[in-house]
Amino acid sequence: MISPAVALLLCWMLVPLGLTLYFSFLRYNLLMPGMEQWTGWTNYYFFLTDPSFWDAIRNTLTLVIGVLIITIIGGVLLALLLDQEMWGRNIVRLLVIAPFFVMPTVSALVWKNMFMNPVNGLFAQLSGLLGLEPFDFFAHAPLSSIIAIVSWQWLPFATLILLTALQSLDREQLEASEMDGAGSINRLLFIVLPHLARAITVVILIQTIFLLSIFAEILVTTNGGPGTATTNLTFLVYAQSLLQFDVGGGSAGGVIAIVLANIVAIFLMRMIGRNLDA
Amino acid sequence: MGDYATPSRGLFRSAAIGLVAASAFGSLAAAEELTIATVNNSDMIVMQKLSPQWEAATGHTLNWVVLEENVLRQRVTTDIATNGGQFDIITIGAYEAPIWGAAGWLKQLDDLGEGYDYDDIYESVRNGLSANGNLYAVPFYAESSFTFYRKDLFEAAGIEMPDQITYAQLAEYAKKLHDPDNGVYGTCQRGKAGWGENMAFVGPMVNTFGGRWFDMDWNPQLDTQPWKDAVNYYVDLMNSYGPPGASSNGHNENRALFADGKCATWVDATSAAGFIYNPNESTVADKTDFTAAPINVTDKGAGWFWAWALAIPNSSGKEAAAKSFLEWSTSKDYVKLVGETEGWVAAPPGTRMSTYANEMYVSAAPFAQTVEASILAANPADATLEPVPYTGVQFVAIPEFQGIGTYVGNQISAALAGTISVDEALANSQSFAVREMTKAGYIK
Amino acid sequence: MARAVPARRKMLTTILGWGVGLTIFFPILWTFLTGFKTEAEAIASPPSFLLFDWTLSAYDAVNQRTDYLKHFWNSVVISFGSTGLGLLIAVPAAWAMAFVPAKRTKDILMWMLSTKMLPPVGVLIPIYLIFRDAGLLDTRLGLVIVLTLINLPIIVWMLFTYFREIPVDILEAARMDGAELRSEILFVLVPMAVPGIASTLLLNVILAWNEAFWTLNLTAAKAAPLTAFIASFSSPEGLFYAKLSAASTMAIAPILIVGWFSQKQLVRGLTFGAVK
Repeated sequence: MISPAVALLLCWMLVPLGLTLYFSFLRYNLLMPGMEQWTGWTNYYFFLTDPSFWDAIRNTLTLVIGVLIITIIGGVLLALLLDQEMWGRNIVRLLVIAPFFVMPTVSALVWKNMFMNPVNGLFAQLSGLLGLEPFDFFAHAPLSSIIAIVSWQWLPFATLILLTALQSLDREQLEASEMDGAGSINRLLFIVLPHLARAITVVILIQTIFLLSIFAEILVTTNGGPGTATTNLTFLVYAQSLLQFDVGGGSAGGVIAIVLANIVAIFLMRMIGRNLDA
Repeated sequence: MGDYATPSRGLFRSAAIGLVAASAFGSLAAAEELTIATVNNSDMIVMQKLSPQWEAATGHTLNWVVLEENVLRQRVTTDIATNGGQFDIITIGAYEAPIWGAAGWLKQLDDLGEGYDYDDIYESVRNGLSANGNLYAVPFYAESSFTFYRKDLFEAAGIEMPDQITYAQLAEYAKKLHDPDNGVYGTCQRGKAGWGENMAFVGPMVNTFGGRWFDMDWNPQLDTQPWKDAVNYYVDLMNSYGPPGASSNGHNENRALFADGKCATWVDATSAAGFIYNPNESTVADKTDFTAAPINVTDKGAGWFWAWALAIPNSSGKEAAAKSFLEWSTSKDYVKLVGETEGWVAAPPGTRMSTYANEMYVSAAPFAQTVEASILAANPADATLEPVPYTGVQFVAIPEFQGIGTYVGNQISAALAGTISVDEALANSQSFAVREMTKAGYIK
Repeated sequence: MARAVPARRKMLTTILGWGVGLTIFFPILWTFLTGFKTEAEAIASPPSFLLFDWTLSAYDAVNQRTDYLKHFWNSVVISFGSTGLGLLIAVPAAWAMAFVPAKRTKDILMWMLSTKMLPPVGVLIPIYLIFRDAGLLDTRLGLVIVLTLINLPIIVWMLFTYFREIPVDILEAARMDGAELRSEILFVLVPMAVPGIASTLLLNVILAWNEAFWTLNLTAAKAAPLTAFIASFSSPEGLFYAKLSAASTMAIAPILIVGWFSQKQLVRGLTFGAVK
């Protein structure tokens, strides 16, 4: 009985993948129609020897890890805060989760133009009022700026999951430990964090999936530049397929990206997958 | 193949208003629904605003897809190269028109009717949009580049603008006028990566520094001395006297900065003059003057040549209706219509001699003569000091150029932001260009 | 919860909580406010927060140029359509994975999830060609299919983690009573998994609403949703902050309001099996 549903699912996923695989062995440039021919591994060779390739790998990892660190630490702190009694807690929660609903293109446009623009952006105006030089975010800290924007978008997601997990924490256990004289740091380290381990695992897994293919934020803000400073693997494949219109090369890049993604997935499973089985 | 030819509901409208347009329209047979893709420049937005008049006169309806230049180019190229057939009218530039026309992707546009007056369109503009002697796109507006400067600031500093400014003088004036504490930067130039962005400025600059993209055997020349001199000059100029964030400023960003009074000098599209002189849009409308683009060792290729034009993909099944729109939107009457409804200063420039012969336009647009001279001076067929196998001033009219130009633009933008040195940027560019040209079979 | 929290401490957490909340929310608030300014006011220095002449001119300009309702309706159809179709396919699949033990279930799940890491642009041209031949370009149906495909792994995985927490005994009891497989899923499993299904639905509607690559590349005029609406305001000539803000507000407000109202359902299910 298992087969029909799962098989349908697999087919559904395999068709585009198979086509990409096929194209990756073709010499196929959109701008030169009628020239398609089998080229074997040439596209792979050119993609892997592209000087931007290793930059892209490094940027991809920096982006993913940077955002994960910020959202998890921030998420734990926010979850702890939102778990406290306060007036208007529901409204505060609404404010905190709002960025999650914002389209990535919109948030990138808003951050880029209205906040980080070095002449008319709000940050530049504020530093102007304080008599400071405006900081040119996308020229001097391009990747960090993108990490900041993406973190803003994903912080609510981490907070929500961690908060849900936190609320299932056994209050009596917490109170008992308080009676025993455990300080708040100790309680955090030995009771709260272990309890959250599973939720943190989930946050890492889900966010990694989305963060590996971050695209809109880069396209809108820096276009992968300056140079290759913010070119991640997704953007490199984009540049290959839709700026150079080299479909063959882009497809090879896509295949390489999915192989790498699977390595990351296996790695994730080995490292933290056990948490999910428990 | 999906063919969406559906009878439209616009018929009843055609009866309502019939006397809006002066020209006679081809066929009123079937009301069609056309999809038009265009770039979000202000001239196009005016066209979108006025197009209901055409719809009312013909009964056809238009669906607008308005996108930013890069997105538009990518979107339209994907569709036309795969024969997708999603668009009936597309907006393309002087780079695409000849290449796509030669590839057989566009309909020929030599038969827009008696009243269209092809001879009124500047010959260089027509040539720029033709392949093998056939016209494949009709110009909506055309531009060259020239120098905008703030005459009030120049006067206050006691500088007199020479008849022909040089790049050395540009740097000298920028230095004198650079006053960031009072919100005025010596010069604003494009820094945002892209073959149609920073390379549109850098390319002509390299031409006048005596450089070229390829030699006669298609070997890339990006690490030669003229390139090094030009790019070093550019990076020094922008870092010393440019606005912060120059590496992410494109045409639109600089236009906003200049209109807001934040730049003393700016070398950019002649078509921006109408915007800068429009007091509704610009705070420096009465303080700006203009002169030819700067030169260095040669005056060849100092100002670029570009045209935004409308074309019909071969995959469109609604040729007659699409042609009727092209005829309307690039006609003399359309120029007049814009002049009368939006003000003459906003009329689409650079395409028709009749525009520049019109008293109303010339008196409303004091820059008209300089613009016309710049456009006539730009010669895509002879834009470099040394001989080259290609045409184009700020671009190279081969399909591979988009990829190479994008990459080089990115490297120069990185050099401007200071993440790599100019030498590194040019060395990377050279090896990328060699790779691409080898892959494409130009270099054996 | 059991004890009363000292008022002083509650006061402090309240101030801290509101401070943090407003900081995180500020970009959205600022965008909302800027939409009501004139273009000149929008870049005025020093910036004005609330004390400016509120005007609808930016909204007028946006509405003059684009047909908001058409884009809005396309977004609704595409995001709900793709989520519905996704659930239809995913519920049986997740049921099979959760209740019919197979050796490789976990690996298949993991592999499916990893396909989500594939750069979408890598399959754009193949999909574009297929869509061209099938006449699906610029149709809502086409986008529904693609977005279902894109979000299916997440849907399956979310459902799987819920279904797994439903005691097998109950299903077996139903089976003993002679329930057919279909009615077992429909009348026993689904009702128990309602919170999970609801939050899966919400999450996927949000993801589909905000998806900006496929929606932009596979549409032209007829099926273009709000992401395309925003794209036409991204970098025009001249001053545009107010228009950009107005358009942004119009694009995100619907989903933000839906998200806020259904916050409880979203949160209740949003655990991915993380909470035991």
